[in-house]
Amino acid sequence: MEIGFLVGSVVKIVAILAWIYGLLWVLGHTSKIVKIVGIILAFAVIQAAFTVNIGATPILSDFDKGLLLQGCAMTMVALGLNLIYGFNGQFSLGQWGFYGIGAYTSADITFRWITGDARGLLVVGFGVILGGLAIFGIGRLLRVVRGVPVLSAFTLYLISGVLAAAIAVWLGNLLNPAFTPLLGALGHPGPMTNGLPLQVVFFISVILAGAFAAEISFLFGLPVLTLGSDYFGIATLGFTIVINTLMNNSDTILPFPEMKGGRGMIGIPKLTTWAWAFFFLVLVIIIMRNVIRSSTGRAILSVREDEIAAKVMGIDVAGTKLQAFVIGCFFAGIAGGVYAHYIGFLSPGAFDFLVGFNPLIIIVFGGVGSMTGTIAAAFGWTFFLEGLLRVFLGQFGTEAPAWRYVVYPIALLLLMLIRPQGLLGTVEWGFLRAKAIALRVKPEQASPTPAPSTPE
Amino acid sequence: MQPANVVQSSAPIPYKPKKRLAWVGQVFLAAMALFIVYTIILNAVKSPSLFIQIILSGLQLGFVYALIALGYTMVYGIVKLINFAHGDVFMVGSFISFYLVSRFNLHQWPAWVFPGMPDGLVVLIGSLTVILVAMIFCVLLAVTIERVAYKPLRDAPRIAALITAIGVSFFLEYFGALGFVFSSRYIPYQRPFDIVAWYINDGIHLITKGVTPPPNSITFSNILIIIFVASVLVQLFLQILVRRTKIGVAMRATSFDKQAARLMGINVDQVISFTFAIGAAFAGLGGVLYAIAYSQIWTLLGVQPGLKAFVAAVLGGIGSIPGAFIGALIMGQAEALTMGFISTPMRDAVAFTILIVVLLIRPTGILGEPEKEKA
Repeated sequence: MEIGFLVGSVVKIVAILAWIYGLLWVLGHTSKIVKIVGIILAFAVIQAAFTVNIGATPILSDFDKGLLLQGCAMTMVALGLNLIYGFNGQFSLGQWGFYGIGAYTSADITFRWITGDARGLLVVGFGVILGGLAIFGIGRLLRVVRGVPVLSAFTLYLISGVLAAAIAVWLGNLLNPAFTPLLGALGHPGPMTNGLPLQVVFFISVILAGAFAAEISFLFGLPVLTLGSDYFGIATLGFTIVINTLMNNSDTILPFPEMKGGRGMIGIPKLTTWAWAFFFLVLVIIIMRNVIRSSTGRAILSVREDEIAAKVMGIDVAGTKLQAFVIGCFFAGIAGGVYAHYIGFLSPGAFDFLVGFNPLIIIVFGGVGSMTGTIAAAFGWTFFLEGLLRVFLGQFGTEAPAWRYVVYPIALLLLMLIRPQGLLGTVEWGFLRAKAIALRVKPEQASPTPAPSTPE
Repeated sequence: MQPANVVQSSAPIPYKPKKRLAWVGQVFLAAMALFIVYTIILNAVKSPSLFIQIILSGLQLGFVYALIALGYTMVYGIVKLINFAHGDVFMVGSFISFYLVSRFNLHQWPAWVFPGMPDGLVVLIGSLTVILVAMIFCVLLAVTIERVAYKPLRDAPRIAALITAIGVSFFLEYFGALGFVFSSRYIPYQRPFDIVAWYINDGIHLITKGVTPPPNSITFSNILIIIFVASVLVQLFLQILVRRTKIGVAMRATSFDKQAARLMGINVDQVISFTFAIGAAFAGLGGVLYAIAYSQIWTLLGVQPGLKAFVAAVLGGIGSIPGAFIGALIMGQAEALTMGFISTPMRDAVAFTILIVVLLIRPTGILGEPEKEKA
């Protein structure tokens, strides 16, 4: 029985790796028609596997579906961290905090929406827009008034951000009554609390969650990115813990009674379907690849390789670091939104700093600085851990979770001893390979992919 | 050989960028500092005895953190590795002492061997034995971890060693949580000696059964004194070890430049093992004292104190031994004051906020040396 399950797990992991390979190959194809048909096919294959039965059970059970959706969220978080750590060399442990921010933000928006309160959407929406405008405006100001120290710039951004938030709360409270007839009350759903409008709100909430996480990361990263590598890591670890503490006290210290503090937020609509998860996954992969292959991406890579050389070449090192950090945290926020609406229940325990090492472990598993490795490792890791738990459940009963974490570190240790550069090293598949731009430049200028060395 | 004045004139003129609006950040920081000082003074004036009581509990916490932080700071100083497993070595130390006391009654051994011994001496020698055995066990554990997990990765990318450290930490926590090892429950800790407490109110009085200290008195216990003495002794011992002995010179040399140290005939591997051993010994000591002071142990015991101690090491300047001590005291005070005057769950948030703010003002910690410019 367990052997059968083990074999089944391995087959599933191999099949998903093959599926990722196919997806990346299709995305990298030159013909637009092949691309579109291929993406639809890639989506449909998995969708079909949920419905087509072999014997009595579908090929991929609901449990596997959950793992797949979790794998999608994990991929997005890990890709964001890979942009920050793998490609830009900033050792960040704060990814999990931004993931948590995204999860709670988007969950709060949709939860309030279905309980007849539009303030979640309005406040976060206005807050993100006004905050973005404020950041943009102050940024323009700081480009005119040069030589402002980081701490002063941070203070200016902070004041403008707080002002924007205050205006957003005021606007939200002002406009909320207009939405009340559309939303109805709890138990009496209005015309806009289900069906297509809810899906649209879900989409907006996930994007807003990403944008909100990105703005927070901008405020946090601006002063903290000036620190050296390990100190930055520790400061971001501190950020994760501060966010976790705030989540634990969201009903007492923060004014969000619906988040229920340490007891966990329940009743989040489970809106994440495979279609949504796939859409966000492909979106993040495409954004990530295009960022890396653009001039911004080359600046990001050059900062990792040598900051001083990059500065000499005229690259704004601090600005580039901030860009990579903000984009990475945007991905984490989106992933949080997808995760919250898949699981339907958010507890601060899921955003603990110990769990927060997972994205780091995944990118090291897959190979630091390899997007393909991260994607493959995120899915493989999710299935591996859950498979391990399933196998041990039959064997050890209630002690299975502890046994899993006894075997998992040993596997980690062996992997680090055998392949310190990660499973895939620097290999990239299909769409993510550097070939696409190498075609456009002259052969003698085409540089091979810079060998990603681990930052000091 | 060039004359001195030529060298001076050819020295590069340092580029000093104009700092506009610098006052904004300074005012922001000053306002925050003023607010904190104001809150502390307000509370101190409101109830001085409560304030001193909180300061004392913060000192107790801070001295335990100092014991753990030494291991973090020394290991980081030498191998540049954040040894996440250190907090779990601390946990193992407290569990070993628990088994020695509860199962084997080791703290009573002088009474078995020398039946006529006075009780005080029995407790003293017995407790010291328990602490020593726990420390030795922690040393063995740490050296094993170093040999098995870290040594093979010394030339690998640093991230590989870091992931391994996280893995070892998970392993110790969850292996300890298995039923036949330590079990995952909270375990009440049996102390090898009794806690004796005094209160200060018109002189020092012993608190005995049935005596409640009058209001506005300050209480303290023997464990606070023991932790204080142990921590200061360890600090002095390390200062002498690092500054005055041969192995200390070797440690400093290895920390400064591993390759050059090897060329000078220093056995770098041995020095690194020794560093891990010293750190683990003090973590074991800290574990026993922590368990005696707070009298409850479980397998995730090491996570929070380990993290706080690590933060303390960073706060004081990682790699600097007195820095770790200062950082740990600040950490303990911050935690105690937050618990006393703001709210208990916010203590982690406040501790890390202090860390982030200090790092922003002094990027390498309070006593840390500025980072070398990448050549």
